[in-house]
Parts: sequence; C-alpha cells; structure tokens
Amino acid sequence: MDWFFNFPDMSRSDLREFKKTVDFAFTDFSRSYGQGIEEFFEPLLMFLVWFEKLFINTPWPVIIFSILLLAWIGSRSILIVVGTFLSFMLIGYFGMWEDTMSTLAIILVATFLCISIGIPLGIAMARSNKVQAAIVPILDVMQTIPSFVYLIPVVMLLGIGKVPGLIAVCIYAIPPIVRLTNLGIRLVDKDVLEAADSFGANYWQKLFGVQMPLALPTIFAGVNQTIMMALAMVVIASMIGVKGLGLPVLRAISNQYLALGLMNGLAIVILAIIFDRVTQKFGLRMQKYRNEGKD
Amino acid sequence: MNSKNILIKVNQLYKIFGDGDKSALDLVKNGMGKDELLEKSNCVLGLNNINLNINRGKIQVVMGLSGSGKSTLIRHLNRLIEPTSGEILFNDTNILNLSSKELIQFRQNNMSMVFQKFALFPHKTVLQNVGYGLAIQNISKDEWSEKAQKWIKRVGLDGYETYYPGQLSGGMQQRVGLARALATDAEILLMDEAFSALDPLIRSEMQNILLDLQSELHKTIIFITHDLDEALKIGDRIAILRDGSMVQDSDPQEIIMNPADEYVSDFIKDINRARVIQAKSIMTPTNTKSSGATVKEDMVLEDILQIMSDSPSKPVTIENSKGKVTGKIEMVNLIEGMKRPKSLGTNITG
Repeated sequence: MDWFFNFPDMSRSDLREFKKTVDFAFTDFSRSYGQGIEEFFEPLLMFLVWFEKLFINTPWPVIIFSILLLAWIGSRSILIVVGTFLSFMLIGYFGMWEDTMSTLAIILVATFLCISIGIPLGIAMARSNKVQAAIVPILDVMQTIPSFVYLIPVVMLLGIGKVPGLIAVCIYAIPPIVRLTNLGIRLVDKDVLEAADSFGANYWQKLFGVQMPLALPTIFAGVNQTIMMALAMVVIASMIGVKGLGLPVLRAISNQYLALGLMNGLAIVILAIIFDRVTQKFGLRMQKYRNEGKD
Repeated sequence: MNSKNILIKVNQLYKIFGDGDKSALDLVKNGMGKDELLEKSNCVLGLNNINLNINRGKIQVVMGLSGSGKSTLIRHLNRLIEPTSGEILFNDTNILNLSSKELIQFRQNNMSMVFQKFALFPHKTVLQNVGYGLAIQNISKDEWSEKAQKWIKRVGLDGYETYYPGQLSGGMQQRVGLARALATDAEILLMDEAFSALDPLIRSEMQNILLDLQSELHKTIIFITHDLDEALKIGDRIAILRDGSMVQDSDPQEIIMNPADEYVSDFIKDINRARVIQAKSIMTPTNTKSSGATVKEDMVLEDILQIMSDSPSKPVTIENSKGKVTGKIEMVNLIEGMKRPKSLGTNITG
C-alpha cells in the first residue's frame, strides 16, 4: 500500500537526468544561437540606449514642458496638467530625475513594442477563430507564469542588460492589448458590419473604416492596461540590469532603506497615475460621439 | 407580364441553416415541413422553393410574420446570405456565380440597402454616412461629398451634415439610412423592415417620402414589412411568406379580394377594407354610363360611399385613368365588398 500514501514519483536519478538534459539542451541552444539572437536585438538596444540618453540629456525644463504639453493634448484637463507639473517637480527635487527618465524611456519603448506587435495580433485573432484558439492559451500562460520563471531563459540567452529587461517587460505587458484589440473588434455591432458589406466594402475597408474606429475605446483600454503592467514590471526588470526607479527599490529591499524604497516606489506610482489619467481621458474623448445621444 | 420588365428573377431558391444542409435539402424537396425538419435533422428551414419575379421600376413588397424568412430572402439578393440551392438572376446574370471581386462591384453599383435598425456608422457624421457607399469606391472626397450633400437635402436633413447619428431622432436616422442607400445611384433598393422601428406618424411620413422619391426615381424596390397597411400603401405587388414558403404573390387588391389561404386571411382580417379596396375590384364591368356620379377606378370604397350616400339608389359610373367607362357600382356591390371573403367567416370572431 506504499503507492497509496506516497506518490509513485520517478526516481531521483531519472529526475536529475531529465533536468540535466533540458538544461544542457537549452545551454547548447543558447551557445549556438545566443550570439545570433543578440545581434538580432542589437538595433533595439541601440535605439533603447539612444532614447534613454535623449531623455536624460535633454534639459529638465524642456522635458517637463513636453510632458505637460502631451498631458494637455491627451486629457484637455487643467487639473491633470497641474498635477503632472507638481509631481515631476517633486520627483526632481528629491533627486530621482535621472532614474525617472530611464524608467520613462523603457516604459515608452516597451509600450510602443507591445502596441506594434499586440494590435496586429489582436486583429488576426478577431479575424479567425482558429488563430484565437491558438493564441488565448499562450496569453493565459504569459499572464499567470511567475515572471522569474521566464527571466531565467531570457537571461541565459541574452545575459543581463536592457534588452532582456525590455523583453521581460513586454512578455508581461502585452496580453491586455492583444486581448482587448480582439475583443473590441469582435464586439463591433453586426448590423453595422452588414451595412458596410451591403455597400461593397472589402476586408481592409471594413477593418480600418469601421471595425478599428469603433473598437478604438476598447483598444485604448488595452493600451492603458499595458502601460500599467509595464510600470509594474520595472522593479523586477531592474534585477536583470534595467536602470531606473526599480534599482533603488531593489537596493532598499536588500539594505532595509525605508525612505529610499518609499520615495522611488511613490515615484513609480505617480508615473502610473499620470499615464493612467491621461490615457483614460484620451480614450473617453475618442468616443465622444457615443455620449451625445438624444434618446 | 412582359419578361423584358423583369429585373430580378428568383428561381427555386432554398436556404437551410445548420450542419448537413445538403442532406436536409433533399428532405425538404421531398416535402418535409419546417417543424419536422428541425426535429429530424436539427436544421432550420429558411427558404423553401422560392420563385419570384421582380419587375423593373416597381415596388415589390415581401410580407410575413417574424421567422417567415423575409429578411433571409432579401439578404440572398445581395448575397449577405448564401443559399443552399437555387439561382437569382439579375439581368440574366446569376448573382450566385459572381466571384468575390465581382460581388463587391455588384454591391457597390447595383444594389443598396436600408436596414431596420438603421445600421448607421456611429463614428461617422451624417455627411460621411451618406457618402460611405461612394467613398469606398475610391471616388474623390469633393465628388462624394457633393453627391451626399444633394441626397441629404433631398431627404430633408439640410444643416445636419456634421451631426453624428447618435444626436438624431429615429426618424432622422432612417432618413440618413435612406439617403445613404440612394447616394450610390444603385438601380435596386433593398429595404429590410426599414420603417418598422419608427413610431406611426414618422413611419407614415417616411412612406410618403419614399413614394415621393419613387415617383421621380423609378427604382426597383424590394420592401420587407410585417405591416399590411404599409404593404398596401406602397406595394405594386405583394408576396406573402410563411415558414419559408411563398403563399401568395399578387396584386395588392387581389390579396384582399382573394386571399390564397387561412394564413393570408388572418393577415388581412384586421384591415379597414373600406379604405383599401378600390372601385375596380368590386365593380360590375360595363361600358355604358350609369345614372349616378362618375368616379375613377382607383377610388376606395370609403370615398364612393360618401358619394353614394346622397342618392343611394343611383349606381355610380366607373372610369379608368383615360376617362373611358369601365363599369358601375351599386349599393349592393359596396356592401358585398366590405364583407370579408367567405373562407374567413368560420374562424373569425367579433
């Protein structure tokens, strides 16, 4: 009855062999292809470094002015612009300007990457149920697997640095934009699509003329979520060499610096709130035609 | 009926929804009905052997209760729904053989549609909505907005070009839908319960707009409705569907005077006969003048009654639109005409 109380697992030596085989196989893979993969990401790294330098080297008043301008264009709300101004002044005053700029740079690049991959993916999913059935489980895994688990192969392949950090952030942040693009397009009123069909619209005319514009608010909710999740990843990404606000937080954890951790943590929160409010307001303004109904 | 006047010919059209529709088709062709089919093969019978000739420049009404297949039928004409079997000829071209490119061309140039729930593009302005059918044909913006403008004016929405559909009332939205369909200059207009979602006054107003436009444009219109009054008001011919089969397809007067079966009788039992039956349907044919007043063939009984009530004993003379005497009507004809057809008597109370 031993098998009843103790799970009949594989023998220790077999298990060791299994792990070894997987590890060796991946090490071999990373030895033979690591170089190539790294070269593939080289342009991305160059861009990332250039973009970060741009943020850090531009005089702070210019940066603040640009950010306030963008906040105004996005939200058209004085309150948000003033709040943004005060937040960035505080961040600068407490000596976190450079780290904030690094974080901002990687977040923007990550968001841009997620959007440019995620939206086409979402469109493909909306077009075909088979594609949707194939991608949904992958997204489920990406959203539930602990981030440390996929950090391991990424680091094995690409080492420590900005690019693996960026990839880790993207893996974590891309699912919402894919899901919500798919959902947004699928939710477009069938009657309206039928009307477009009846006038002889082709697939692309329907996609860009009807489906995407009507799905835009939903897609924008996805962009908003993607940005939020990217921000949430900056601390973990800093473990594999991404500079920015995450690094001091990491240092604060290992050395029990309460003030340092709190300050940088709050700076991340402030960035998140600003991004969130501005993009949400922008999303709302895009669907203004919906809110003016008479009956 | 002259075959040159037939623009669309629907031949032996079947539509069966569900898996295994081909085997179900054989069952239906062997006479299985809608309920039995659903029970035996889990398929829904959409259309059952529909044959219909639609005349150029006329308004063909297709009537039936919900679920009778009328919306399914109209969607076959521009292939929003593919049939299980049959053919649809448009000027001798079988629409069902068009490639997807040709189909897009056909939809852009030959047919446009007005929908029950308007189906306007909520993110586009009135002008962009009306110009949509033209804009997707890669026509320059100047050109399509000029045409769209013209039609917006024609349906009486001048000044609303920059509004969004959500800012307009239901009646105004359907005017936009009508203008959008007219803007492409398509020969055929498909109207799927186009006025059913509007309240009675607005509906009647829209019907008048349509008739007014039709007297000028002479489009071929296929008009779906479940409302007999509407069908009688605008239809040149009325086809009645039941459970996917055609029950009757004839002149509106014919439907009232000689309903094909109980189902059609049920449809017409609540109408005000005095207001729809015309003189020509009840007159006694003759070419000699009678002693009473002279009226036109298409005058309805209600109006004849007014005239006759002054001198009930004198029969009125009926003449056609050219002024030639074609018949006479006596009081007894009027009474006979008001009476529902005999086949109805038994199962109708009150």
